[in-house]
Amino acid sequence: MAFRTLVTKTSLRSSFEQIRGIQTTPFTLPDLAYDYGALEPAISGEIMKLHHQKHHQTYVTNYNKALEQLDAAVSRSDSTSIAKLHAALKFNGGGHINHSIFWKNLAPVAEGGGEPPKGSIGDAIDTQFGSVEALVQKMNAEGAALQGSGWVWLGLDKELKRLVVETTANQDPLVSGGSNLVPLLGIDVWEHAYYLQYKNVRPDYLKNIWKVINWKFASEVYEKEFPKT
Amino acid sequence: MSWACCSNICPSTSNFLAIGYDLKRFNGNKVSFPQAQRPKRRLSKSGRETDICAYYGLKTPPYELDALEPYMSQKTLEKHWGGHHHNYVEGLNKQLERNDVLYGLTMEELIKVTYNNGNPLPEFNNAAQVWNHDFFWESMQPGGGHQPVLGLLKQIEKDFGSFTNFREKFIEAALTLFGSGWVWLVLIKDEKRLAIRKTSNAINPIVWDEIPLMSLDMWEHSYYLDYRNDKSKYVNVFMNHLVSWDVAMVRIVRAQAFVNLGEPNIPVA
Repeated sequence: MAFRTLVTKTSLRSSFEQIRGIQTTPFTLPDLAYDYGALEPAISGEIMKLHHQKHHQTYVTNYNKALEQLDAAVSRSDSTSIAKLHAALKFNGGGHINHSIFWKNLAPVAEGGGEPPKGSIGDAIDTQFGSVEALVQKMNAEGAALQGSGWVWLGLDKELKRLVVETTANQDPLVSGGSNLVPLLGIDVWEHAYYLQYKNVRPDYLKNIWKVINWKFASEVYEKEFPKT
Repeated sequence: MSWACCSNICPSTSNFLAIGYDLKRFNGNKVSFPQAQRPKRRLSKSGRETDICAYYGLKTPPYELDALEPYMSQKTLEKHWGGHHHNYVEGLNKQLERNDVLYGLTMEELIKVTYNNGNPLPEFNNAAQVWNHDFFWESMQPGGGHQPVLGLLKQIEKDFGSFTNFREKFIEAALTLFGSGWVWLVLIKDEKRLAIRKTSNAINPIVWDEIPLMSLDMWEHSYYLDYRNDKSKYVNVFMNHLVSWDVAMVRIVRAQAFVNLGEPNIPVA
């Protein structure tokens, strides 16, 4: 009787893992550096909470699940299952990658959200797009025109050494457009990112999100790729 | 815009927003004029052709906007039909204004032509979404759900084993769709059987020449106001309370003009 109560679900699982030698390093939901309500009125607290705690969490959970299944399939040398898992890995893994960047792309006004970019990235923007306003117009136009779900990105093409504006569908990460692309700024244009507040008026969401965009993060990533000499 | 509605289940007739033209839409079919008889463009005072034309109208759903409460709120219908669907119609009209080649096609022809075998033309998204939403509103009814009956039920049992199995498969398809899209129950003409299809964004089974019987909109705008991210609840509510098996029955009966689903019925003299 006592033996039976000792054998709980978790202990069974860990002993199973020990036997099979699986290294499970599950991904976890990163914390936000600000409160859910801190980005108001640009993005409502209700959206931030749902977006983080439900949507992003679901991607993380399903990503871990898919990785577990991948592990098992690899151990069985089951190529069919491995191939079948690609879509789930790309979707959920991409969702995790993209949203992790997104939270860092945003900041409350009190912490620099909305402040225009300074430093070398500011110069690059002026050179390539004319001005930050012109870049914003371009990104907003592409974001509004995106059919269905996806993201609009300001990226850095490491090879060509230039900034690019790209869109990706669903949860495809920017790197799926080219391994030389580094994401600096991403804006989520899935409906869940704005619907409760802006309803079907995506252009209004795109106009307002710039008030809480954290250019400091974009600048840091840019300067890491192109350190100031 | 009038909120006129039809209380019967079948797809409603509606007047088509024609400005200066005699085009009327009967039972959803567009009357197309052969080239020779194309209506003359009305000349304005200055002698130039008028550049106002309208091709498609926003068809009202066959029920009041609050008729699907509490399963699909009036607010959702107002935004979904009045906002999204409306924008697709306006967008399509604007595009057709610029493109004479596409003028005169029926909606189904327009969808197939602009789908362009998988390399869609810019008009495809708007055209397909107009059609998709018309079809979707008609796929639901107040007091919907339950089960199909008679021939449709028999066909479902034949192709899925049981209605319960079909329901499970349909819900699974809806919940495993990545991104925006639709889930469909279709009749495959050549194979004479029913199937479930998942499509992305605006794509619909018409492009593969299949006959859709019923659809579910899985774009987030369809459920987010009422269910937030709880897709499972939305899909179950749709199956239990919204889907119109009556309309699906009408559609499969109509489809049998093109597909022979059983043994031919030869009357005995």
